[in-house]
Amino acid sequence: MLSRIAESMFWIGRYVERAEDTARILDVQTQLLVEEGGLDEEDTCRTLLSIMGVEEVEETRVDISRVLSELAYDPDSPVSITAALGAARESARRARETLSVPMWEVINTTYRAIPSGQFANMRPPGVFQWVRERAALVNGTADATMTRDEGWQFLMLGRCIERADMTSRLVATASIATAIGSPWTSTLRACGGYEAFLRTYRGIESERGAVEFLLLDRLFPRSVVFSLNRAEQCVDNLESGGQRAGFQSEAQRLLGRMRAELEYRSLSDVMADLPNEMERLQRTCALATEAVTRRYFAGAEPLTWQGVLA
Amino acid sequence: MTAMFEDYAARGPAYDEMFDADSLRAPYERLRNSLHHLTIPELAGRVEALQASYLDQGVTFDIGGEERAFPLDILPRMIEMETWSRIERGVQQRVRTLEAFLADVYDAGNAFDDGVIPRGVVATSSHYHRQAAGVRPPNGVRVNVSGIDLIRDNTGEFRVLEDNVRVPSGVSYVITNRRAISAALPEPFAEHRIRSVAGYPQRLLAALRAAAPAGVADPTVVVLTPGVYNGAYFEHALLARTMGVELVEGRDLQCRRGRVMMRTTKGLEPVHVIYRRVDDEFLDPVHFRADSMLGCPGLIDASRAGNVTIANAVGNGVADDKLVYTYLPDLIRYYLNEEPILRNVDTWRIGDADAREEVLDRLDELVLKPVDGSGGKGIVIGPRASKAELDELRVKVLEDPRAWIAQPVVQLSTVPTFVDGKFGPRHVDLRPFAVNDGSRVWVLPGGLTRVALAEGELIVNSSRGGGSKDTWVLAGSGPAPQRPPEHPAPVEHATPVAPQSVGPALSDQTDHQVEQQQQQQQQGRSEDAPC
Repeated sequence: MLSRIAESMFWIGRYVERAEDTARILDVQTQLLVEEGGLDEEDTCRTLLSIMGVEEVEETRVDISRVLSELAYDPDSPVSITAALGAARESARRARETLSVPMWEVINTTYRAIPSGQFANMRPPGVFQWVRERAALVNGTADATMTRDEGWQFLMLGRCIERADMTSRLVATASIATAIGSPWTSTLRACGGYEAFLRTYRGIESERGAVEFLLLDRLFPRSVVFSLNRAEQCVDNLESGGQRAGFQSEAQRLLGRMRAELEYRSLSDVMADLPNEMERLQRTCALATEAVTRRYFAGAEPLTWQGVLA
Repeated sequence: MTAMFEDYAARGPAYDEMFDADSLRAPYERLRNSLHHLTIPELAGRVEALQASYLDQGVTFDIGGEERAFPLDILPRMIEMETWSRIERGVQQRVRTLEAFLADVYDAGNAFDDGVIPRGVVATSSHYHRQAAGVRPPNGVRVNVSGIDLIRDNTGEFRVLEDNVRVPSGVSYVITNRRAISAALPEPFAEHRIRSVAGYPQRLLAALRAAAPAGVADPTVVVLTPGVYNGAYFEHALLARTMGVELVEGRDLQCRRGRVMMRTTKGLEPVHVIYRRVDDEFLDPVHFRADSMLGCPGLIDASRAGNVTIANAVGNGVADDKLVYTYLPDLIRYYLNEEPILRNVDTWRIGDADAREEVLDRLDELVLKPVDGSGGKGIVIGPRASKAELDELRVKVLEDPRAWIAQPVVQLSTVPTFVDGKFGPRHVDLRPFAVNDGSRVWVLPGGLTRVALAEGELIVNSSRGGGSKDTWVLAGSGPAPQRPPEHPAPVEHATPVAPQSVGPALSDQTDHQVEQQQQQQQQGRSEDAPC
């Protein structure tokens, strides 16, 4: 597979997942602001923006509409859902001959909602559900129509790295809200894992249980450990030979180390400083992405030929 | 006459392909009858669905960065079997001549020595590339793909307007148009026997594989695109996808020791045939434009070394130069010893002193075209031009007569086209595509009909607001072969079938007793409950 195409596949996976998870996070937060009277809107919004990677906001007043524009609607904001869907579609356009037709069309029709104005007209919480459904459609179509070749591995790798990263942000946003209320129910709901959580923990809700479930559960598909595991597997599938010792790929080493650290440390230790732990996880995801880029996508920059002028 | 075409007024002198004055021409009879039950609002609804499906599929092109659905008119254009077979033979003859001419130009140059065409015509062409001289393509084919533009003059005769043997585009729309129209107009589609256009990618792939360097048993074919911002990117992706080959950009390629490789996740892999959609000048910064970022340094040398085939060949532009076009009838007689099957449009060579005088006198009634232009660029239509434009043109022509040809204003034929809620006559041309695999020139039965959407407009290029029509080449006058009515198959001939597993939720064995008890249980409780 061409390096350039592989890179596009990787990023389709990431952008679609990013759009979906951003929608999930916004869903929780908008709901919390309505339900929990004690929350300070200004503070919550500022922290939310900073956790989502928005640089210091200068303006005096930051409210929920500002957050929605920054994270959902504004095409010029790099962290918005609009931008993620547009970027997913751009990547798909570059890999169009490799994508199955249904896969391309589902990504393209999703994107079409943006220039047509349909997306901007949708309001929360309907808009979040729409994004989740479209992402499910993309993922389901990929699952049903793509051969499990390298392209699939890169798509999954992108999706899993992004999911680990975003789940950690979701946990971080929830942990800052614990001071006032109990954000974990809606956080688990946003992941679609609330019922599974209740069954697993026999109906006993606790912060500790929720964090454990979202970070460490080996069976819940949106947990950090589950995602890191899948990502490791993808890298492993991409590396051809069975090695007797160690791992060749830097990305695999990074992902594996992070996962092992989460799993083998005591939960209390991780929970002691949750926001910082989550940030470390996000940095690892970024490093792993760089490693993947160096190893598989390198050399796809255009050449400029320093020749005699024609 | 049905209401649909009631107000349709094709007032000459252009040849209307559907109506001869008020009477319907034969190829369109069945079409009109099968549209009979449709009303205009119904039709408009279908047109809307058509455009929406093109946007969803991404069948679009960019105008100034804005993405638009490729305009496709709902009414197909019909070409009868006999008419088509003449076009087919004419195009084949033309392509064989252009092949022979290119082989001659980049080799011995016999046609010059025999006085058929002056050497100067070729030597002064901006598309004559010395880099291509002496290069013999592996199977002798330089024009792997060509698009010969035809128009229909006022008497209804098909004539050649220009040849395209560099990177002719538009074939993807032929394929997608057919699919879209068959979905939009299933009734007429079922009632006609239409020759299929779906086989094009396989033909193209076979021709490209046939052109592989000698000794390569299983060649790797790639499509080389300038990138996503190119107007024809949709087509490049469609061809690569339907041929099952990689779509590469220049930066994906690398030349090493005279061989071309592509960068993959598994390292470098060899490439043998490049179907390039990049212009000559951008292919290789070593030989052509040094500032090109679309090509790959070393490509030309690799092809000269015979390690990679570039299709279409470099330097083909000399054959579709519009001045060379004027010599084509003579070249057909010279190389093939045949009379041209499709005539040229009458053309003056402004390089000739007599012709120049006449043209300059009649500048306001002729069409002037730059010889190396494509896409309708630089064309001046005399009767539509202002005095200032004509004066400017006169200066330009006198400065460089070699760069221009003149043609009478040809009225392109018209076909009813659905614009603003009704059918009106619009001018069309036709670009049949030919694929040469070295043993045979195959002509795609269909071709791209481009239509100028503005009334009276004669320039049909999509960059100038043109649209397209699905082109139906009929396989005969009869209707589509009807399947015999289906009778229930006799039991003894039935193929053995394993029944689908039904599962508990579908089986009829639902325990009604349990169901009833459960229902009664709840009712009973509410009844029994003391108030």
